[in-house]
Amino acid sequence: MGFREALDSGKFLITAEIGPVKGTEIDGLLEDAELIKEKVDAINVTDLQSSVMRLGSMAVCHLLKDLGTDPIFQMTCRDRNRLALQSDLLSAWVLGIRNVLALTGDHPTLGDHPQAMPVFDLDSVSLLKVIRRLNEGFDMAGNQLKGATDFFPGAVVNPGADTEAALEMQIIKMEKKIEAGARFFQTQGIFDLDLFERFMKRIEGFKTTVLGGIILLKSAGMARFMNKNVAGVFVPEPIIKEMEETKDKVKTSVKIAAQMIKGLKSLCQGVHIMAIGWEKKIPMVLEEAGL
Amino acid sequence: MIVAEIKPFGEIKDMLKDYKKVLILGCGTCVTVCLSGGERQVELLASALRMARKIEGNEITVGERTILRQCDPEFIDQIKYEAAQYDAILSMACGAGVQGTAERLGSIPVLPAMNTTFIGVSDGQGTWVEVCAACGACILAKTGGICPVARCAKSLINGPCGGSQDGKCEVSKDNPCVWQQIYAHLLKLNMLHFLREMSQPKTWPVHPRRLVKEQTKGV
Repeated sequence: MGFREALDSGKFLITAEIGPVKGTEIDGLLEDAELIKEKVDAINVTDLQSSVMRLGSMAVCHLLKDLGTDPIFQMTCRDRNRLALQSDLLSAWVLGIRNVLALTGDHPTLGDHPQAMPVFDLDSVSLLKVIRRLNEGFDMAGNQLKGATDFFPGAVVNPGADTEAALEMQIIKMEKKIEAGARFFQTQGIFDLDLFERFMKRIEGFKTTVLGGIILLKSAGMARFMNKNVAGVFVPEPIIKEMEETKDKVKTSVKIAAQMIKGLKSLCQGVHIMAIGWEKKIPMVLEEAGL
Repeated sequence: MIVAEIKPFGEIKDMLKDYKKVLILGCGTCVTVCLSGGERQVELLASALRMARKIEGNEITVGERTILRQCDPEFIDQIKYEAAQYDAILSMACGAGVQGTAERLGSIPVLPAMNTTFIGVSDGQGTWVEVCAACGACILAKTGGICPVARCAKSLINGPCGGSQDGKCEVSKDNPCVWQQIYAHLLKLNMLHFLREMSQPKTWPVHPRRLVKEQTKGV
């Protein structure tokens, strides 16, 4: 069952995320995918995550497709203008990629080529509209395609935006993304279920599917780093303390993630696990969460 | 106004190394206001150059002059004869002024002393901030008079990315997230509904652009 069918079936969705390597050694990445492919409904492949130059999302999605998984092609607006975005979408389609996650993308200055020209010709909302147009058989300029796509488009939302204005604008933009064709949302990492519950209440009327983000903590230091540097991620102090005091970091990390997943089951329609290098631990997390 | 900053002194000195007689030409409008290329800065740069070249044993004659606008031929013409006495002109105007002067003076090399940085306004004593990208399709009516094209690091026009923290941009903690400023201002103006409007992707300008006023053309 592909991701779209899984979503339509109404089951609790599980997606994971893989970040391509900097270079051409793909054995580890394929090994991770092989290990988790039976346990998840789809695997996201990031697009030059954190603006660091690496192997591309489209090629890795294609490889994952060959492994028998259903990849979600993450596409940012950072590096390509509208010509390249549309062309890459057509290319992805002919390579068998069926799901696209439309994102703005981090700014190049945050990555390892800070001198690069930031493109952002389109934004995530416009990109979703373009995907819908390609699905209808037309490009952005209104020209007819010889063969349309039939992508299943998704988007992201940050429920942990830290000011009222930022959160309100996240919600307004989420509505725009739905209007532009987004069928599912994956969120930033969640560590505070009450906060997330309040967010879900605010978007109650939205007809969409939300997969709550799960980040595997590797250490207390990582939690503190994210609190300081990653927008929308807030790890409460008791969780940081738990990571600090544990003798078995992996076990505690898995336990925390599983607790979050259990809590999310009644709040949204699925989870999106960002293991950030700990992909091999995803089966443990799911087992502990009873999935 | 156009904001520019003076190039590093070493770069300017290097640019002038083969010239013996140079006129430093200030500009009396934008760069005077942003304290970069007006009369006072011409004077300071001239002294620094004379001193540096003297120390090197390669003395230079430096003339000083500031005209009201280097982007207007009428003002450049005022110094045509004076300029002819020099090997080179070091312009302290913005890029438009340097090119305006170069074209008008023809056979004398005109070199830039400045890096032209942005179209901006002053937001404190001695500080200026970029506010306009000269995109050619103004959307300020819908953004509370605050431009996301120039003031959002990603020029986003359909609302913010998710990268701001404490109201600051992901690119620099020194920069406010412009969408939060837009939100606050639209709230004040009771115009928050504009945030819900779908903004269409921009038609990017083709360079070079040109403005023609039919009524005054050829007058």
